[in-house]
Amino acid sequence: MSPRLQLSGITKRYANVVANNAIDLTVLPGEIHAVLGENGAGKSTLMKIIYGAVKPDAGTIAWEGVPVTIANPARARRLGIGMVFQHFSLFETLTVADNIVLALENERTSVELSDRIRDVSNRYGLPLDPDRHVHTMSVGERQRVEIVRCLLQEPRLLIMDEPTSVLTPQAVDKLFATLRRLATEGCSVLYISHKLNEIRALCHKATVLRGGRVTGDCDPRHESSSSLARMMIGGELPQTQHRAAHAGADVLVVRKLTLAADDLFGTSLSDIDLSVRAGEIVGIAGVSGNGQRELMTALSGERRQDEADTVTLLGTAAGRMGAAQRRALGLAFVPEERLGRGAVPEMSLAENALLTAYRKGMVAHQFVRAGVVRDYAARTLRTYGVNAAGPDATARSLSGGNLQKFIIGRELGQHPRLLIVAQPTWGVDVGSAAQIRQALLDLRDRGGAVLVVSEELDELFEICDRLAVIAQGRLSDAKPVAETNAEEIGLLMSGVFIHRDGEGRYLRPDSSR
Amino acid sequence: MMRIRLEPRAEPSRFAGWLSPMVAAVAVVLIGLVLFSLMGRNPWHALYVFFIEPMNTLYDAGELVLKASPIMLCAVGLSIGYRANVWNIGAEGQLIMGAIAGGGVALAFHDSDSRWVLPAMFVVGAAGGMAWAAIPAFLRTRCNTNEILVSLMLVYVASLILSLLVHGAWRDPEGFNFPQSKMFAETALLPILVAGTRLNVGLFIALAAVAAGWLFMQRSLAGFQMRVAGLAPAAASYAGISSSRTVWIGMLAGGACAGLAGVGEVAGPIGQLLPVVSPGYGFAAIIVAFVGRLHPVGIFFASLLMSLLYLGGEAAQMHLALPSSVTGLFQGTLLLFLLATDVFIRFRLRIVRPPTAATAA
Repeated sequence: MSPRLQLSGITKRYANVVANNAIDLTVLPGEIHAVLGENGAGKSTLMKIIYGAVKPDAGTIAWEGVPVTIANPARARRLGIGMVFQHFSLFETLTVADNIVLALENERTSVELSDRIRDVSNRYGLPLDPDRHVHTMSVGERQRVEIVRCLLQEPRLLIMDEPTSVLTPQAVDKLFATLRRLATEGCSVLYISHKLNEIRALCHKATVLRGGRVTGDCDPRHESSSSLARMMIGGELPQTQHRAAHAGADVLVVRKLTLAADDLFGTSLSDIDLSVRAGEIVGIAGVSGNGQRELMTALSGERRQDEADTVTLLGTAAGRMGAAQRRALGLAFVPEERLGRGAVPEMSLAENALLTAYRKGMVAHQFVRAGVVRDYAARTLRTYGVNAAGPDATARSLSGGNLQKFIIGRELGQHPRLLIVAQPTWGVDVGSAAQIRQALLDLRDRGGAVLVVSEELDELFEICDRLAVIAQGRLSDAKPVAETNAEEIGLLMSGVFIHRDGEGRYLRPDSSR
Repeated sequence: MMRIRLEPRAEPSRFAGWLSPMVAAVAVVLIGLVLFSLMGRNPWHALYVFFIEPMNTLYDAGELVLKASPIMLCAVGLSIGYRANVWNIGAEGQLIMGAIAGGGVALAFHDSDSRWVLPAMFVVGAAGGMAWAAIPAFLRTRCNTNEILVSLMLVYVASLILSLLVHGAWRDPEGFNFPQSKMFAETALLPILVAGTRLNVGLFIALAAVAAGWLFMQRSLAGFQMRVAGLAPAAASYAGISSSRTVWIGMLAGGACAGLAGVGEVAGPIGQLLPVVSPGYGFAAIIVAFVGRLHPVGIFFASLLMSLLYLGGEAAQMHLALPSSVTGLFQGTLLLFLLATDVFIRFRLRIVRPPTAATAA
């Protein structure tokens, strides 16, 4: 049996870096093949080469035994290669159906296509409204579009680039079942991830990349997480130090926060109650698009509330305050979007430090003290091990993980009383992710209050003291982590808690039946 | 087959930032040589008339700077708004309102010999320009109207108000019914700076505005926040930068500078109120702001260039009998090249050869 796909000696150089160095990879029909590696190891470049989006400098590609040139993604799709990108390739101004039509070779009528989209998306547990505009969708929902778009083309090789980060545990199981079914039907799957337990649960074979080279081939089912990690990062997995929490007084209290969606397809928040105390980390789990974005803008002050006492920050009714006033009270915030919201892409890191940290002695008589700003930026780079050319490097020039470290460092450097973080380790490599989690724990141990919104349940269970779940714009009561488990949280993520009993309290899934 | 391709640079190139105006200059000279040859003129002489003759004598050089000053003022003010995506297109109207307000002071204190008349004219003139700019600012922040349309339409309103005044209430009773005000008194006129020219101390106001604009945009927190609002509106909102404050600062800075420019014209070369006080300085300033890359230093040079183009175009029409459309075409070519070559700051030219080994079977 000839391999479905065979790469030999694939090499790709960019201006400053060799992204892929003489890579060999063989994928058999019906095989779920993991490509494992940290951010920057060259996984995404390799996949783009297979998908025809990037041309290799050297090396050959054979598809089902026949040498081929994959000049562009359309050619790849004709061969039967589908790809779900980590960074989405969707047109924001178009609807879901329009985006999918663009990727399909043969024209279909939109009614027929919309039915097929509903059909396929429901079959794989990824519900989608074909008529929605992409710009109104959250990151997680956009990924559903990408996945469904691929599945509609009935591919013979499906490339999945970190697909599970936006799914509930139950949905991950469902996706895995889908992938396994595809595999038994003869479709090969290239599964890109840095989540070791997922790879061990799902994949038949793993190719490990580090620094653009293949550092190992193995059967992940016979490996341990630590042996895979050694191949992947060349050392042991970093561990976070988690000490017992000593929660103090309330720092953030949210009472009956109700907020209409600010666009047609947004999620309205209703009756949200939440408190975060000094010295604890509260996590909010949930599938993206369930009101996280709206909750974050309401808490950060980017959207003000009508009633001042809806949000109380350190005893001050802050509901009508804007973002700058809330920051002056001791709030710091790390948003989900790093470039364009958390940082200005075209500006230097020093200027990006000034963006939110200007209260730290950076301004005298309305004028900027450039030296203080540079020192702050340089200190942040040093303390958090940010890989950047220096304070003058533009934010755009940093990789996603490094920029995230910089933004978190910038916010932590302001010694906040309350830190709100959305998706702290999205797209961040394993080492940096551990470092970021440790920094959050350290802030907690110094008496800071931390609110983390994340779609990675493992992460929430690792660092949080209490966990709540957001679904359809409502928030469950926060539960101590020790008293819950991934299965219960996953169930809550699907929204079962929304029904209440006669006294207006949420019904727990265990008490509701 | 080889292809030429534009590739994005990792970082904007400083070298290309200096190089691109040079490339534009060379390209324009080449096109000028072809254009003027085709028109049957000696191309080198035509270029001389266009670029050198307007600076030949001291008087000419004075005219060059005199014309550059109001453009410079307006452009610096506008650039502050433009950096923050506040699109004030109505500097011409704000200039006219400044001229009306400042001119009104001059006429009201026509018999005064106080040396405070002139400063008062500039203060009131700036306020006049700001008041006119406040209308689109208010409507934008309150009703979310489009400031481009409102500020542009107010240009014509301002122009008609000026016309109304010089045809009516403020017409010089001894002016033989011409639509013009009294000549301003000596105390309401800007002192001449260099004897034998018309150049006046209004230049210092323009230079001070350039310096103040640079200080504000590059060194102050508010200026920094304006730049953030322009580059990344979501980041501005995230950092708590008020968008209505941004609009107000942007519009008022443009209005104030244009108002000062208006006073500078009526208290300078014109010396009275006429139905038309500006040949379109407020509109020229929009181009100058962009050719100067919205940077005060760039605007300084761009306004001198614009002034040179005005005077060179006139000289070419007079001495070479070139039609005004050809001088307009040539001016447009230069501005187009200056803006177009900026692409090399963010992109580099790359000659792409067909891939070799990668596709071999």
